Amino acid sequence: MSDSIIEIRNVNRVYALEDHPLDEASGVQALRDINLKVKRGEFLSIIGPSGCGKTTLLRLIGGLDEPQAGDLLMDGEKIKGPDPKRGYVFQQGSLFPWLTVENNIAAGLRARGVYRQYKAQVSKFIHMVGLDGFEKSYPHQISGGMAQRVAIARALINDPEVLLLDEPMGALDSFTRADIQDKLLEIHREDHKTMILVTHDVDEAIYLSDRIVIMTPRPGKIHEIVNVRLPERRERTSNDFLELRKDIMKRFHSASAEGSGVDMAAYI
Amino acid sequence: MNMREIPVKKVGRAAVVTSLGFLIAILGNLFIPQVAELKIEQYQWGPFLFDLNSFYRTVLGGIILIYLIAGVLAVWKPERRPKFVKQQWFRFAMGIVLLAYDIAGTKLRITPQPFFPGPAEVLKTFMDDGPYLMQNTLYSLRLFAVGFGIGIVLGLVTGVIIGWFPKAYYWLYPVIRITGVIPAVAWMPFALTIFPNAFSSAVFLMAICSWFPIASQTAFGIQTTEKSQFEAARTLGAKNSYLVFHVAIPHAMPQIFNGIQSACGNSFTFLVIAEMMGQPGGLGYYINISKIWAIYGQVFAAIVVMAILFSVIIAVLNEIKAYVLRWQKGTFV
Repeated sequence: MSDSIIEIRNVNRVYALEDHPLDEASGVQALRDINLKVKRGEFLSIIGPSGCGKTTLLRLIGGLDEPQAGDLLMDGEKIKGPDPKRGYVFQQGSLFPWLTVENNIAAGLRARGVYRQYKAQVSKFIHMVGLDGFEKSYPHQISGGMAQRVAIARALINDPEVLLLDEPMGALDSFTRADIQDKLLEIHREDHKTMILVTHDVDEAIYLSDRIVIMTPRPGKIHEIVNVRLPERRERTSNDFLELRKDIMKRFHSASAEGSGVDMAAYI
Repeated sequence: MNMREIPVKKVGRAAVVTSLGFLIAILGNLFIPQVAELKIEQYQWGPFLFDLNSFYRTVLGGIILIYLIAGVLAVWKPERRPKFVKQQWFRFAMGIVLLAYDIAGTKLRITPQPFFPGPAEVLKTFMDDGPYLMQNTLYSLRLFAVGFGIGIVLGLVTGVIIGWFPKAYYWLYPVIRITGVIPAVAWMPFALTIFPNAFSSAVFLMAICSWFPIASQTAFGIQTTEKSQFEAARTLGAKNSYLVFHVAIPHAMPQIFNGIQSACGNSFTFLVIAEMMGQPGGLGYYINISKIWAIYGQVFAAIVVMAILFSVIIAVLNEIKAYVLRWQKGTFV
C-alpha cells in the first residue's frame, strides 16, 4: 500500500452556463489541472475564497460529481460514485429532519443493511459527540452546533477511511466552532482517519491541519501546498501560530494577485 | 411554552357557562307549554320509555355530561384548559340557539312545516328509525372505506412512480392533469355500465376522485426533495430503494397528507352524490327516501349523523397526520 490514499491526476471540471451547450469556451471552469496526493492518516485543509472550486474538488473526491478530464483514485482504484468508505459531512442542513438524532446517526447502518450487527455502535457514537440525552430529539429541536456533531457522527458510524468535511463549521458561532474543531482533532488523534477539510477560515485550517492547500479562483487551481510545522497541540495565540498565519495570509494575497483580480483582502 | 397556566377557578366558571346554555334549553323544553298541535308518542327503548321531549332532554343532558368530563380533563391536564375556557361562550350560545329552535320548531311550530321540524322531532328519528339509519350509516362507511382506501393506495403508488421516474412523469403527468380536473360525477354513466353493480361502480368513482389529489401531491413532495438529502444518503451507502423509501417518501409526507385530506373532502361529497343517485343504501339514499316520504326530521337526522361521522373521520386523519409528522412539530408554530 502506498502512503497516499487519494490521488488526483490532472482533473478538470467545467460547468455549463444556463442555456448553453457545454464547451470549454462558454462554460465556467471550476477546476483546472488539479494534481494532489492525500497522505494516509493526514489532516489536509483546502482553503480559498468563494468560487475557487474547493467544494467542487471535495465533491469529486466524494464521488458526488465527475470530472470532464483526469482521474481521481482511492487506493489506486478509480472513484465511481459515493462510497461509505469516504464519509462526507455537509455544510448545514443535511440531516434528515424526519429522523431523531439516534436514527440520523444510524441511517448509514440502515442504508447499508447492517443495522442489526452494529446497533450497539449508535449509542457509542452519540456519546462520542457528546449528545447523550438527545437521542430522541428531532433536528429542529437541537442547535446548529449539535446538528453538525450529529452529521459528523453519522458519517463516522460507517467507519470510513477518509472523512470529507465541507465547511461543516461555516455557519456556527466561534465558541461552537472551536468546540467542534477540538472534537475533530480528538477523533483524528484517536483513530488516524484521513481527513480533508474545506474551509475559508485560515485559523481553522492552521489549527487542525498537517498540510494546507491554497486555491485560487477562476479557474480553480492549486496555488501551493503549505506544510504546517507546529506541535500537535496548538495554541491559537502562540508566536509560531501567528507567524504561520501571517505567512499564509501573504501567500493568500499573492495567490489572489495571480487569480483574476478579485480583491482577496475581502476574504481575510 | 404556555404564557401562564389558566387557574382551575376559571375552568370551573367555563364549565358552568357551558352547561348553563344547555340547561336553559332543557328547562325551556320542560316548562314552556306545547302551543301548536303535535301528536306526542311514546317509545320503548330498552327498559326506558321516552317521548320525543324527554329523549331530547336526555340528549341535552348527555351533552352537558360530555362537556363536564372535558372540564374535569382540563383541570387534570392544564394544556387542555385554554381551548375549554375559550369556547365557553360559543357552547353557551349553542344551548340558547337550541332553545330558540325548540320554541319555534316544536312548541309554536312557526317554522315552515314539514321542512323544518324542531330539534326534538329530528332526534325522534333515532328512536323510531334508529336501526335502519344505523344500517345506512354502516353502508356509507363501508363504501367510503373501500373507495377512499383504494384511492389512497392507487394515489400513493402512481404519485411515487411519477415523482421518481422522469419518464413516468413525462408520459403520465399530463394524463393525470387532464383526467384529474374532471369531476368524478362525470364518469358516472360510464362507471355504471362497466361495473357489475352499484357498489363497485361507486367504489371506482370514489377511488378516481381521491386518486388525483393524492397522486399529484405525492409526486410534488417527492420531486421537491432537496438534492443534498439524496447526496447525504448516498455518501452513507444508500442504494436507490433507500433513497425512495427512506428519503423521498418521508420528505413527501407533509404533501401526501395534504393530498389525502383534500381527497377526503372530495370523497365525502362524492359519497353522498353517489348514494343519492343510485345506491341501494347509505346516508345519501336515506336522505332521498326520507324526502320522498316528506319526513324531514329524518333528513336532518341523517345530516347530523354525517356531520358527526365526517368530523370523526377528519379528526382521526388529523391525529394520524400529527403523529406521522411529529418531526415537524414546532417548526410552523
